[in-house]
Amino acid sequence: MATEPLLVAENLHLRFGTTVALDSASVAVHAGEVLALMGPSGSGKSTLLHCLAGILHPDAGRVTYAGRDLTAMHDSERSALRRTELGLVFQFGQLVPELTCLENVALPLRLNGAPRRAALRSAAAWLERLEVSDVAGKRPGQVSGGQGQRVAVARSLVTRPRVVFADEPTGALDSLNGERVMQLFVAAARETGAAVVLVTHEARVAAYSDHEAVVRDGRVRTMEHVR
Amino acid sequence: MSVGHALLGLLEGGPRHGYDLKRSYDERFGADRPLAYGQVYSTLARLLKNGFVEVESEPGAGPERKRYAVTDAGVADVAAWLAQPEKPEPYLQSTLYTKVVLALLTGHDADAVLDTQRAEHLRLMRELTRRKDGGDLADQLVCDHALFHLEADLRWLELTAARVQQLAAHVRP
Ligand SMILES: Nc1ncnc2c1ncn2[C@@H]1O[C@H](COP(=O)(O)OP(=O)(O)OP(=O)(O)O)[C@@H](O)[C@H]1O
Ligand SMILES: [Mg+2]
Repeated sequence: MATEPLLVAENLHLRFGTTVALDSASVAVHAGEVLALMGPSGSGKSTLLHCLAGILHPDAGRVTYAGRDLTAMHDSERSALRRTELGLVFQFGQLVPELTCLENVALPLRLNGAPRRAALRSAAAWLERLEVSDVAGKRPGQVSGGQGQRVAVARSLVTRPRVVFADEPTGALDSLNGERVMQLFVAAARETGAAVVLVTHEARVAAYSDHEAVVRDGRVRTMEHVR
Repeated sequence: MSVGHALLGLLEGGPRHGYDLKRSYDERFGADRPLAYGQVYSTLARLLKNGFVEVESEPGAGPERKRYAVTDAGVADVAAWLAQPEKPEPYLQSTLYTKVVLALLTGHDADAVLDTQRAEHLRLMRELTRRKDGGDLADQLVCDHALFHLEADLRWLELTAARVQQLAAHVRP
């Protein structure tokens, strides 16, 4: 690709005690692309995703976002970036149980200082976009797994981030439901121009990506050469 | 199945008689379909013509006493075959299994064989997914059928990838 990648990880190393989770992992994400991270269980996919999202700090190596060194940033600067330019979707438990689904989606906007009414209006539009307007007033404990995931996707996109990170976003869903979530997720991301970095072990989910990178033993093999 | 490539790969272990080669092939890959002698010799004749094998004759020997050795061109041909993904289609696993075993036997990267094939499968799955999302119910059902089959292949690839080390210990003498 001709353009500079938006997000680059170079030679990341990370250990948990004696476990080597990342062993010189490198990967590049371009603006607007959907990248699937695949690979066996325990290979380091989630760890890599967390490093890319600035949630985990690698022992060595560098993560660069839009030309800025994420690994050298102050914590406050990094959290500000996470709030405004990055979005997250995880498999479980990411919604605040005390808030309604609508309030959950509005939350990132509120944290960024948006007025309550504007935030709720925007949140409602996103719930509609993900076809779950009907659960707006319910709490996360009162909705199905698939509905909850759609709400989480809406919440990840509400701030119009430039990159959304998703770890097994369809993991707990049956294949029909999981696919619908992926369809809506990818369509919405493309509409807002957000790049998506997606961890999945399901080929049918990965088929919604533009490219895949395979993580194995803490290293990444990109499949550029076969394209 | 590319019997020619399999034979070439086996010859990388050292020159052999046609009979030996057939036995070795049958042991590793011929579970449900052993090679006929005729096929072994016709395949070797073709490989000889293409310069992928050469013959070391023993004095006064008939055709069955010829020893075949793989040439550099033959080694390169195996490498090219291993690097090339297979067209995704049903019952591919026997070809892929052969490729993985031969990669291990000949010192090629077996993970790369599997990753290349995964990429090829995913490429087709992406195409089908796009067609499905833009299509009517009939398109969706047709594409889903193909997608489920490709997914099954891919799961097998994942499983094999996870067991490559085990397989390596098993196939290497
Ligand atoms: N917080 C942690 N403490 C200790 N070890 C960890 C921690 N997180 C991950 N690991 C280890 O690091 C390695 C990589 O884990 P990671 O979660 O990145 O794998 P993964 O590819 O996401 O696997 P899965 O597909 O099962 O989710 C594993 O060996 C795991 O046990
Ligand atoms: Mg994980």
